[in-house]
Amino acid sequence: MAGSNPNAKPMNLTLNVWRQPNRQAQGKIVEYHVKDISPDMSFLEMLDVLNEDLLHAGQDPVAFDHDCREGICGSCDLFINGRSHGPEKGTTTCQLHMRKFSDGDTITIEPWRATAFPVNKDLSVDRSAFDRIIQAGGYVSVNTGGAPDGNEIPIPKDISDRAFEAATCIGCGACVAACKNASAMLFVSAKVSQLALLPQGQVERKTRVENMVAQMDKEGFGACTNIGSCAAECPVGISLENIAILNREFLAAKAASNNLA
Amino acid sequence: MLLDSKIPEGPLAEKWEKHKFNVKLVNPANKRKYDVIVVGTGLAGGAAAASLAELGYNVKAFTYHDSPRRAHSIAAQGGINAAKNYQNDGDSVFRLFYDTIKGGDYRAREANVYRLAQVSVNIIDQCVAQGVPFAREYGGLLANRSFGGAQVSRTFYARGQTGQQLLLGAYSALSRQIAYGKVKMYTRSEMLDVVIIDGQARGIVTRNLVTGEIETHAAHAVVLATGGYGNVFYLSTNAKYCNVTAAWRAHKKGAFFANPCFTQIHPTCIPVSGDYQSKLTLMSESLRNDGRVWVPKTVEMAERVRKGQIKPQEIAEDDRDYFLERKYPAFGNLVPRDVASRNAKMMCDEGRGVGSTGLAVYLDFSEIIKRTGADAVSQKYGNLFAMYEKITDEDPYQMPMRIYPAVHYTMGGLWVDYNLQTTVPGLYATGECNFSDHGANRLGASALMQGLADGYFVIPYTIGDYLAQTPPKPVSTDHPAFAESKAYVQARTEQLLAIKGNRTPDQFHKALGHIMWEYCGMARTAEGLKYAKTEIQKLRQEFWSDVKVVGNGEEMNQALEKAGRVADFLELGELMVDDALNRNESCGGHFREEYQTPEGEALRDDENYAYVAAWEYQGDNQPEKLNKEELTFENVKLTQRSYK
Repeated sequence: MAGSNPNAKPMNLTLNVWRQPNRQAQGKIVEYHVKDISPDMSFLEMLDVLNEDLLHAGQDPVAFDHDCREGICGSCDLFINGRSHGPEKGTTTCQLHMRKFSDGDTITIEPWRATAFPVNKDLSVDRSAFDRIIQAGGYVSVNTGGAPDGNEIPIPKDISDRAFEAATCIGCGACVAACKNASAMLFVSAKVSQLALLPQGQVERKTRVENMVAQMDKEGFGACTNIGSCAAECPVGISLENIAILNREFLAAKAASNNLA
Repeated sequence: MLLDSKIPEGPLAEKWEKHKFNVKLVNPANKRKYDVIVVGTGLAGGAAAASLAELGYNVKAFTYHDSPRRAHSIAAQGGINAAKNYQNDGDSVFRLFYDTIKGGDYRAREANVYRLAQVSVNIIDQCVAQGVPFAREYGGLLANRSFGGAQVSRTFYARGQTGQQLLLGAYSALSRQIAYGKVKMYTRSEMLDVVIIDGQARGIVTRNLVTGEIETHAAHAVVLATGGYGNVFYLSTNAKYCNVTAAWRAHKKGAFFANPCFTQIHPTCIPVSGDYQSKLTLMSESLRNDGRVWVPKTVEMAERVRKGQIKPQEIAEDDRDYFLERKYPAFGNLVPRDVASRNAKMMCDEGRGVGSTGLAVYLDFSEIIKRTGADAVSQKYGNLFAMYEKITDEDPYQMPMRIYPAVHYTMGGLWVDYNLQTTVPGLYATGECNFSDHGANRLGASALMQGLADGYFVIPYTIGDYLAQTPPKPVSTDHPAFAESKAYVQARTEQLLAIKGNRTPDQFHKALGHIMWEYCGMARTAEGLKYAKTEIQKLRQEFWSDVKVVGNGEEMNQALEKAGRVADFLELGELMVDDALNRNESCGGHFREEYQTPEGEALRDDENYAYVAAWEYQGDNQPEKLNKEELTFENVKLTQRSYK
């Protein structure tokens, strides 16, 4: 094995995993044991081992969402020992490696907990609320064709870099799961900031923030009380500054709007 | 069947313009009377669905993900090519065309590639207008870099996350059309069959991955944008869900499958670390701009490294072999992917590989760190270095990266004509799931370009030509062909559940991947391929008598999903082997050991193999029929590729 730490010994672990057959059913924590887990495995590869064991034993494997396994698609979404994506800062579950755990550990694995993210099965949740928020205004209304030459819209590098930082949100939902109010403010603010910073986003700047915030509220996400656990647990480091921008954008839009509801 | 590529007449540079004028148009008032199904919502599918909806068609879009934002396009790191010539360094549409044809080792269609280079400039404009935050210079204009062996700087990028930013751009355009009600979005829906009525594609059958329900959907045309089949190798840089199922079902319904053996092995991936490994992670090719590839000069020294007796940073300059710089002084570390990969394998085969498995070479940044400082290197590659360290627990600022080639992209795919239509009328294939633009080897930063070109700028024109000739009558799923397809899908699901064998879908997948990698991977021989064919047949038989899936079909059942995909890979694998065996030459990513130059480079046989091999399905367990589309080159001269 070309693993980095030849001295690291395989681990035996106890897993407390949330099992729930479907959205309507009652769920519960079920205890499992996995053996000979290499410290070089990713967390999801450890779950693969569990699922192969379960399948061989004729039991239903644990459903969980994952895909790229390189920390960019935003599919994986596990709440590990009470933290979004587990103990390592700035890391998605798929990039979390077992060397962060020790032999004999008990690990509790739950799905995101939020009213707006109902459970599909076991650890898989429905995050379509995020899509509906983007549909409410997270875009620049340009049709294909007819765009001006790319260099006709010069953008100062620092502005472009800040917009990029906001745009790197992977839409995983860790911020919602980390928040005691299950607020989606960090997610919404990332898209609002990106487009508010860029010249391309100016035309729809006011309606965008109003519509996205309205949709966020409609989906049943909680209010923001400025605790900051969202940014602390965000795997890609979306900054709290974006929430400040969102608040400012929202107030400015409301002040200028005829819609004072 | 005679393959008609429908390439327009006239000079290369005028073909697309002329064709756009000659295609039939659908009356604006009639567009809303047509329904179009788009399967897959990555760059090609997302862009197509949004653009078709903007034109006024009713679009139904499907993805097996929980959101269209998760398609594997999102993982592309390095960038997107466009012939803007913003850098004043001699780029042009013709140069991008020429580089792509040559890079593909002269196995792509001239007209398609030229069109790709032409529309590349529109893609950048479109994405900027959407708010895609490309890298910029201090003056506020767009930045470029040279990428993957190109000698001009034509690659646009957003740090190491270009795919993500482009996909989120397409996703935003798609989201807008969903909000308008012009796109009906079906998430967590997997396409399991295409429905054909009177020889024309008229709909699909899907499985709802949450409820297990088998659904039917009708339309006037179907666009597949379902990605590549690299996961046939089990280990690849593809996302775990990537599969061939949609394309394969289309193939079994009459769509020819072209050049399946053309697979790309990417030279810079993190090496395999253990049997549990579920996927491989790419380190962007941009790293080769500044990293130097080397192995120890002698087998003895390599052995000491493998045993941990000496660290790579302690090896003297004189004891290192910078083999790419040595063998290819003109291109050095920037030779195309196939050449870089093959050379890494040769070094390891010679016994000079590193890492405890001996299946790795070094990618060393010490020189650039010394020259520009660690901060400057971090600015450029920070996220990649961090990812490497997370996975390997080694710090690339302190010691060279270990890299090894891994399956990354598939140039082969469904055969399409110039209009991106498959051999089934009304059925289109876009992006990686078609075969058309990359020949036998794809250049870096060209996959994003092709996906978006197909989706934004080609299919919106060409599909109109077909629809304009289709009466705007409502389509329905009442036709018996839908019931038949649905019954087929249900029967197959039940069959998988009924076997109740002893081996899991993953075990079969790994076994298949092993065969494919050993015998149909970086180097192939007739003997090895013949052996692989019988092994795959055996494995497929075992699968259908011994696969184990628990639970039922009326629920979320990820093992069942996996089993269905592996079943299709087991059929595709054999076709890939047949194709590799048929092609008695080496070209691009297809390297047959029997056909090489004295220096060990790929030796093409243009006289006998300058054709597209388009395979026609003949029924279960029957050999497929080979159809040939001869490639004609009027604008480039076929030469032995040389990067020396």
